[in-house]
Amino acid sequence: MIVGDWKPIETILDYLGERERILIAGCNGCVTVCNAGGQKEVDMLARILDLAGKKRGRPFHITKITVERQCDPEFLPELLALAAEHDAVLSMACGAGVQLVAEHAPGREVFPAIDTNFIGAVERKGEWGERCQACGDCKLFVTGGICPVTRCSKSLMNGPCGGSRDGKCEVDPEIPCAWNLIVDRLEALGRLDQYDIIQPPADWSKSRDGGPRKLIRKDLQ
Amino acid sequence: MVGGKLMSPSRLQSVLEAGKFAVTAEAGPPRGPDAEVVRRKARLLKGSVDACNVTDNQTSVVRMASMAACRILSEEGVEPVMQMVCRDRNRIAAQSDILGAAALGIPNLLCLTGDHQSFGDHPQAKNVFDLDSIQLVKIAREMRDAARFAGGKALEGNLELFIGASANPFADPAKIQVPRLAKKVAAGAEFIQTQCVFNIEKFKEWMKGVRERGLDTATHILAGITPARSAAMLEYMATRVAGMDVPEAVIARVKGVPKARQAEEGIRIAVETVRQLREIPGVRGVHIMAIEWEESVPEIVKQAGVR
Repeated sequence: MIVGDWKPIETILDYLGERERILIAGCNGCVTVCNAGGQKEVDMLARILDLAGKKRGRPFHITKITVERQCDPEFLPELLALAAEHDAVLSMACGAGVQLVAEHAPGREVFPAIDTNFIGAVERKGEWGERCQACGDCKLFVTGGICPVTRCSKSLMNGPCGGSRDGKCEVDPEIPCAWNLIVDRLEALGRLDQYDIIQPPADWSKSRDGGPRKLIRKDLQ
Repeated sequence: MVGGKLMSPSRLQSVLEAGKFAVTAEAGPPRGPDAEVVRRKARLLKGSVDACNVTDNQTSVVRMASMAACRILSEEGVEPVMQMVCRDRNRIAAQSDILGAAALGIPNLLCLTGDHQSFGDHPQAKNVFDLDSIQLVKIAREMRDAARFAGGKALEGNLELFIGASANPFADPAKIQVPRLAKKVAAGAEFIQTQCVFNIEKFKEWMKGVRERGLDTATHILAGITPARSAAMLEYMATRVAGMDVPEAVIARVKGVPKARQAEEGIRIAVETVRQLREIPGVRGVHIMAIEWEESVPEIVKQAGVR
């Protein structure tokens, strides 16, 4: 899922400035699953802004809406109709959701309430870890299902850098060395011979480095 | 295979290929534009070493460009080994810098991954890591041997360069360290400079694995040496420097002498280590990394009898 986390309330209040009529827009997609921007968090943020508005002496007029997915225009009409009646939209969706709402709401300010952090997975309750950088050229086949592009701090394709200690990354002892994980897993799978193959330089043109990407599926059009 | 189709102008290469015990050192460039700092280091090392590495923004701290400092070393009569890390340059910049270095008469290249920027003085920087060190070695070799850039287009003229990489026998996971060297050699590393050796037993074990795979004859291995100036420095390296293995006994030995004489003890240990390393089959030289203590190099080299 796409994992996000709240911006500091002070930052959100800075964005809102003197504006009064605020539409808080949640999303039932990834940000609901990671407890950052679903219905529950919309209610929570509304209560906090309500208090902050009273404290500043000029209350906010808050409307709440949570849609199925902010990253799909199909689910936006109701949100956009409400947006037209407000000074600003405070979107609790990921960066894709915030942008799609902005694209469809010309002349209306749309602010992000959360920071979109990464594509990740649940590691423990309340803990998420990054797993994918959407590089567009999945190589999990050669690394035993563990992504070195994402999980190695240096995105090394041919083995560990030599700085890890006790299986932990030199950058932070909390980060497992991706290559330690890869080597252990290849060994467990009886595929350690895979390690001897030199991986050529990656084709980053399939990644963000090639410019903003687009996917077209003719079969769905 | 050692050596390409072209003879490089590298003295380091000719020393190694002649089967002589090679000595390289390391000089860190200054944190400013003063060429004199580099010249002074060159004068300290001249005559004691076959070549001298110049670090490339090591520990991610901004310093004078390695290529520039290499050229200054050359002017002072010390053959440079240009270190190049993958942290700060993509394949376009890396290949461009290789051409530039060759044009300036820099005959040796050491390909490294590079320390992560979070260690340095610009932790907010974006890293590159377009390539890793193994891919960089392979690209440099193809530029030289096949006159071809990584993108496939032809390179004009002849590139003469002696191309190496590093190895850390003490790194995790231990079981992958010989295979990792094998990959570097397969990529085309003609010489290898290792992490500094304090744990001789562990190094011997790694060398045994290296010999078993025939890697000692496929490349030239120079074992790393770092003289300790003090017990505090050793303790720092043991606990704070990524990928270092400093046994307790070594720290205790330096701690056992008064502070004023610890540097002397550090040199003594370095000299003993050079002698021990020289006896290990497959070790073709030493690489002395005297961090901001280049003065110690001539003494170590002389006392160890390698010059």
